[in-house]
Amino acid sequence: MRQVREAIVEGIGFWGNGLPDWDAACAWVREGRRPPQAPARPAATLLAANERRRAPATVAVALDAALAACEAAGREAATLPSVFASTHGEMSITDYMCTTLAGDPRAISPTRFHNSVHNAAAGYWTIGTGAHAPATAISAGPGSFAQGLVEAVAQLAAGSEAVLLVAYDGPACGPLGTVVPSEGLLGIALVLSRTPCPGLPVLRLELAGQTGTQAPGPLSRLLAGNAMQPALPLLEALALEQERAWLPAGAGQWLRVDIGHG
Amino acid sequence: MTAAPSPRQLPLNILAHSATTALGAGLDAQRRALAQRRSGLRRNDFGSDPLDCWIGRVEGVEDVVLPPALSGFACRNNALAWLALQQDGLLDALAGVVARHGAGRVAVVIGTSTSSIGATEEAYAHLQAGADDVACFPPDLRRPRIHTPHAPGDFVQAATGLRGPCVTVATACSSSAKVFAQAARLIHAGFADAALVGGVDTLCGSVLFGFHSLQLVASDPCRPFDAHRSGLSLGEAGGYAVLERAGAGPDTALQLHGYGESSDAHHMSAPHPQGLGARLAMQRALHGAGLDAAQVGYLNLHGTSTPANDGIEAAAVAALFPPSLHAGSTKGWTGHTLGAAGIVESVFALLALSDGLLPGTLNSEVADPACGPQIRFDNARADIGHAMNNSFGFGGNNCSLVFGKAG
Repeated sequence: MRQVREAIVEGIGFWGNGLPDWDAACAWVREGRRPPQAPARPAATLLAANERRRAPATVAVALDAALAACEAAGREAATLPSVFASTHGEMSITDYMCTTLAGDPRAISPTRFHNSVHNAAAGYWTIGTGAHAPATAISAGPGSFAQGLVEAVAQLAAGSEAVLLVAYDGPACGPLGTVVPSEGLLGIALVLSRTPCPGLPVLRLELAGQTGTQAPGPLSRLLAGNAMQPALPLLEALALEQERAWLPAGAGQWLRVDIGHG
Repeated sequence: MTAAPSPRQLPLNILAHSATTALGAGLDAQRRALAQRRSGLRRNDFGSDPLDCWIGRVEGVEDVVLPPALSGFACRNNALAWLALQQDGLLDALAGVVARHGAGRVAVVIGTSTSSIGATEEAYAHLQAGADDVACFPPDLRRPRIHTPHAPGDFVQAATGLRGPCVTVATACSSSAKVFAQAARLIHAGFADAALVGGVDTLCGSVLFGFHSLQLVASDPCRPFDAHRSGLSLGEAGGYAVLERAGAGPDTALQLHGYGESSDAHHMSAPHPQGLGARLAMQRALHGAGLDAAQVGYLNLHGTSTPANDGIEAAAVAALFPPSLHAGSTKGWTGHTLGAAGIVESVFALLALSDGLLPGTLNSEVADPACGPQIRFDNARADIGHAMNNSFGFGGNNCSLVFGKAG
């Protein structure tokens, strides 16, 4: 029993250093233009003002991209089940937890502890939007984005009308960063659905044991140091209306994404 | 609440299942301790400066030696993952699904809360001066694949040679319940024909001192649903199940019949006051399995023994199930095993189905006023057709699973 594994891209959200939204990312990919003054940090308007200041940077970038994707899709955020994918989660909190444990373990901050869970961004998203729909948080090393996309499409096949996929990583820091590198902030979000609509791209997924050739594109060159960088070939293909992207999906595994541009 | 109810879910065969906890390694150790009402909790002896509390520590994890090809993955969490993998014919069942479908069609979906952060903590406790005065890890811990959330999924895939989709689910304490849901979807969508699902979490400073900072750790052994409960006891565990599309291999006695997931949308570390997310997860699981609440014979509760969780969960259960339901929390036996709780307590639900042993709740004497007649402290014996497991996590992340007998 082999099912059709496809999804319509209804909305895209994006935040990368120097490219604070999807329009800016498209302009960079298509014309090599960048906004002269891009904000250093995503707005994260979904969070209350006091939470916005304290929120980990990865939570802010994930929520910013997620909200933009829902707005682009014209979907009410609270109705969407969500898949959050991150390679490393918030490494500044891992660094904080381990530093504090090595020094004064009884001084751990309860807020930082509950923010240390890998599903912190998913949790803040569901709280901020009032979503009682399911949310998940996954990691799959360099295959995190591809496996998030696979799970999102599997949710559509299981009956969900539309799904929100959010992928993000942040900068490494502290001694952990000498072993597990990642640079900058990157957040990517897609609202995917089962409803065909003229003019919207359609993704068709197939897992494969090998990859096709694919030169690094403009986003990959600009944001190469971020651990979520393996997602960028799909974003480049969407911006340039290319017909295929290959994404690393795990050990010896690749995800071939064929893209139909209505 | 606004999401459309999921359609009826197809059953998945369960070819093997196992858990390794403070009660011992494998199913027989769990069976004996559950039947004898013998707790695995002990006074906290973990780490150099232990908090005054009780823990569910697994014996023998320190003695595990990984095969040379896997030595790069060595750490406490992967040692427990390895120990748990050797039990109850799991590897034989995997050989069967690989023979039928090929290693590339068998997914690995593993849940964890803190992965192998214990190894990262250890590195920070032994930092060395590096170039440019940046402190760096000691050489034996400069292994990127153990200092990342995906470490357990990555390790289990390497240890089994499976080559299908490999994912680590990390939604705190619902993680290794959600692995069943994700694997069911991967199989339904045709990304895989079978899956090894499971979960593993080990004791570490992050969770002991982290839950302590939230004032959620009891100084005495935990007493779920007791009116005088004062908090949880932390534990560690690993466990697995081998799932296969029904009809694609041999018939099995036990199946996954449904799953339900939801979000509280309330608070990062406190449950929804009316238990809305818990109720939605249970309702969706029943709907997915095509069952009425009265058809469930046993419910393994999340039942952490924190003041907030248990009263809310008891009220949600009382609102949904008839008084005949036998519901209990097994945290008094194992401690709260966090990201492994989903698989451990799913295995207990499967034992209730296969053996007719319905565990009650250990250490508890005076029921919380919120408890309905469903919440049982004593063990019981009954032949049941369906069993449910609840797992709820930080971030308001909830998952309920329904298991049943085939046919």
